[in-house]
Amino acid sequence: MIDLARATAVCAVADIPREGGVAALVDGVAVAVFRTHDGSVHAIGNVDPFSGASVLSRGIVGSRGTAPVVSSPMYKQAFDLRTGACLDDASVSVPSYDVSVVDGVVLVGGVR
Amino acid sequence: MTKRQRIVVVGHGMVGHRFAQAAVERGLTETHDVVVFGEEPRAAYDRVGLTSWFGHPDGAEGLSLLPGGVYDDPRVRLVLDSVVTEIDRAARTVTVVSPPSAGSRDGRQGALLDQRGEPGAVTVHDYDVLVLATGAAPFVPPVEGRGKDGCFVYRTIEDLEAIKAASETATSGVVIGGGLLGLEAANALVQLGLDTHVVEMAPRLMPVQLDDAAGVTLVRHVEKLGVKVHTAVLTEEIEGDSSVTGLRMRQAGTEEGAPTEVVEAQVVVFSAGIRPRDALARECDLETAARGGVLVDEQCRTADPHVFAIGECAAPGGTMYGLVAPGYAMAEVVVDALLDGPGTFTGADMSTKLKLLGVDVASFGDAFATTDGALELTYADAVSGVYKKLVVAESEAGDGSFRLLGGILVGDASAYGTLRPMVSSGLALPDNPEQLILPASSGVQLGMPDEAQVCSCNDVTKADILHAVAEQGCESVADVKQCTRAGTTCGSCVPTVKNLVEEHFASVGKVVDKGLCEHFRLTRQELFDVVAVHGYRRFDDIVEAHGTGRGCDVCKPAIASILASQTSTHILEPVTAELQDTNDKYLGNIQRNGTYSVVPRIPGGEITPEKLIVIGEVARDYGLYTKITGGQRIDLFGARMEQLPAIWKRLVDAGFESGHAYGKSLRTVKSCVGSTWCRFGVQDSVGLAIALELRYRGLRSPHKLKGGVSGCARECAEARGKDFGVIATEKGWNLYVGGNGGATPAHARLLAGDLDTETLVSYLDRFLMYYVRTADRLQRTSTWIEQLEGGLERVREVVVDDSLGLGAELEAEMARHVGGYADEWAATLADPAKLERFVSFVNAPDTPDPTIAFTTERDQIQPIAPALIPVGAPA
Repeated sequence: MIDLARATAVCAVADIPREGGVAALVDGVAVAVFRTHDGSVHAIGNVDPFSGASVLSRGIVGSRGTAPVVSSPMYKQAFDLRTGACLDDASVSVPSYDVSVVDGVVLVGGVR
Repeated sequence: MTKRQRIVVVGHGMVGHRFAQAAVERGLTETHDVVVFGEEPRAAYDRVGLTSWFGHPDGAEGLSLLPGGVYDDPRVRLVLDSVVTEIDRAARTVTVVSPPSAGSRDGRQGALLDQRGEPGAVTVHDYDVLVLATGAAPFVPPVEGRGKDGCFVYRTIEDLEAIKAASETATSGVVIGGGLLGLEAANALVQLGLDTHVVEMAPRLMPVQLDDAAGVTLVRHVEKLGVKVHTAVLTEEIEGDSSVTGLRMRQAGTEEGAPTEVVEAQVVVFSAGIRPRDALARECDLETAARGGVLVDEQCRTADPHVFAIGECAAPGGTMYGLVAPGYAMAEVVVDALLDGPGTFTGADMSTKLKLLGVDVASFGDAFATTDGALELTYADAVSGVYKKLVVAESEAGDGSFRLLGGILVGDASAYGTLRPMVSSGLALPDNPEQLILPASSGVQLGMPDEAQVCSCNDVTKADILHAVAEQGCESVADVKQCTRAGTTCGSCVPTVKNLVEEHFASVGKVVDKGLCEHFRLTRQELFDVVAVHGYRRFDDIVEAHGTGRGCDVCKPAIASILASQTSTHILEPVTAELQDTNDKYLGNIQRNGTYSVVPRIPGGEITPEKLIVIGEVARDYGLYTKITGGQRIDLFGARMEQLPAIWKRLVDAGFESGHAYGKSLRTVKSCVGSTWCRFGVQDSVGLAIALELRYRGLRSPHKLKGGVSGCARECAEARGKDFGVIATEKGWNLYVGGNGGATPAHARLLAGDLDTETLVSYLDRFLMYYVRTADRLQRTSTWIEQLEGGLERVREVVVDDSLGLGAELEAEMARHVGGYADEWAATLADPAKLERFVSFVNAPDTPDPTIAFTTERDQIQPIAPALIPVGAPA
């Protein structure tokens, strides 16, 4: 569960396009925050482990099977928005963060 | 572990190349190193398709069988421009001379083997196995005057270059020899605009393949194309002082001194047959056949067990084969022998099918009915110029049925694909075999046996093709071509291959899945139609009605592109913004460290000094790396995402707009300076390039698009390497389509010639819109044309002949695109909502991305690989 006292308020949920993402700075670290089509919000690390560039928030959000995913804008690997797991390479993942929406504000907590 | 063996291949023609390719594919390179010495300056090319080199001066690459000149397997080394001058069989070495420079020698006639003693680098190479693939040289009969300027042979690209150069000042040309190659050469002279004659000693054209009636039919076709045919004549002398002025001939069968006739000509092309190039073998005392060619056994091995010979320089069992298919078969046999396989070469199918000067001609099997008991069935229609003959014999089964031995087809060779496999299979003919050659013989259905050879060039049977589709996962003709090589040489069997593939899938009830991705079972073309018919404007509506899930990086950009093609709304409108790939989403090109490059449009490459200065100032002020691109533009690298709007503003204020370097859209229309400045230019290529670039800018398409306009045939804009290329002629413009660079380069081919500007633009409108409508996702124009049923001919029907009546509609669609164009950078700058996304961090918009760092090289920034920076650590 998210520790509200230590969470960072990053933006209004309306600031994140539906099926889009934004990058936020949380304790000096770049986090990609996404809103899926059903309105749920997810946060994973922003750095694409395959290129090292901080760009995952700019990827295309969609689905693979039942998993909500973002595909990296660099080399197109898909990451599960819920866990940060790379679905194209089981040995790779990015951190996933606790995230919550309170009064229309997106709060990002610690690494899960 | 045994020592690796070394194979030296002498000659890199089609057959030498096939050997190397087979050695790689069949695992011979696991145990052997292969070194191939080729004497021509370029890697093997399609000599069968040599004539198609004309019309494009850079066309050699288009014919290449090994674009790039390097094999995928590092154990195969190709050394070009090198002549093997000697074989020492005792020492098992070859001596190789590499000329001091490529331009210092006469590349014609393949006479290099005789050029001993020329200064050059001489090296000696060991071999364990030697494979001679030296091919054949054109035979030049001992006609008086044959050494005069203006006399040529027809064998290499250099020959063609020389013929082309000579034709620039000539008006008339003669080809000596009316065989296959002679007619090819005549075709070339016609294309070069010469008044063309063909001189043949025999009483008919193609005497080896055709009978008298077929020959007469062919003459009628050929003469209709403006070629004057002289049969049953002997060449007495090539006239002229040092240069050719004409050719004197007399009737065959008359005595010397009989009346002669002179044909005026400044170009003479000898095409009187070929002779095996077996000199190297002779000089090292290998036995040759009576009529030339290195004598080899059924494994293509000479009397020396370490030496093989394949292709036209070889004579298996004493017979030399002057076609590529038997050469390919020999190459495979030798690879097989070296792998201790059972393969043998026991003769070859000498069938030929050609489209000579646009006339279908085919000859196969026992075309002259030489088999005992052979009967002939003929059909001739002198009015339409069709002649067909079947040679049949009563079946040995004694059941009264007939089998097919061979045949000749002139004027309509559509039955060839069905008939030729019947010869090799020995299948019984239907009860009324005449149906096979009568017009509209569609009533007869023919089952083809599995062992029937479908592709004779590459020896691919029906069973091989079925195996490819049933077992190897091939789903299309293109897959089958790649997998089996069927249809990749002369292409005449492609329709048969296509039928087999379709029949197979129909028989197993399988619908081939051409869907875009897991979310859509539709192809891009189907989606395009669905969107057009329903008038969809939102991804959500489309995926709900026709797909599943929430889309992905494949279907979303494809749908964004389709919507952009059908509407003129800005691509960053909320309904489509999240469908865009990062480049379209930020209207720049993402680079390896997450920064973007910015490319302003410079139509036709023409730019004022003022504008150049602005680009320089912007680059300087933002510390951007600048590079001139291959497409006549200036690329500014290293812009952080949040800097993009400010950079665009400076550029837009100075009169620039987006160059769409990011989109699957029109990139540039390259040009040379044309008639305005160039002393050779015949039309204003810059003016046209600018007009075309401005017309098609922003057009979203299945793949990126490029164009080019050259002001004369020198083709300095390299227009034929583009999706559409325009080359100026004295009379107007020639329009070429379907070229591209990239990983699989393709040369554009002529769609229509000598067009006025208005017609050119209307054809281009139609062509581009037809492509946008019907191509697959990420399918370039070259592959689109190739995979379109009917190929380039189909495109021509739709675009030029307007056979579908679509012309006006396609033009109207383009007019809508042109009318609705707005600069995406300027529109983004004018819309605060669209600018909101251009921030580094949503909660810290002024903090730059700490992972981006640069170093300096050659006075400009270069990215430091971001992976070197610990993830998450501030810089």
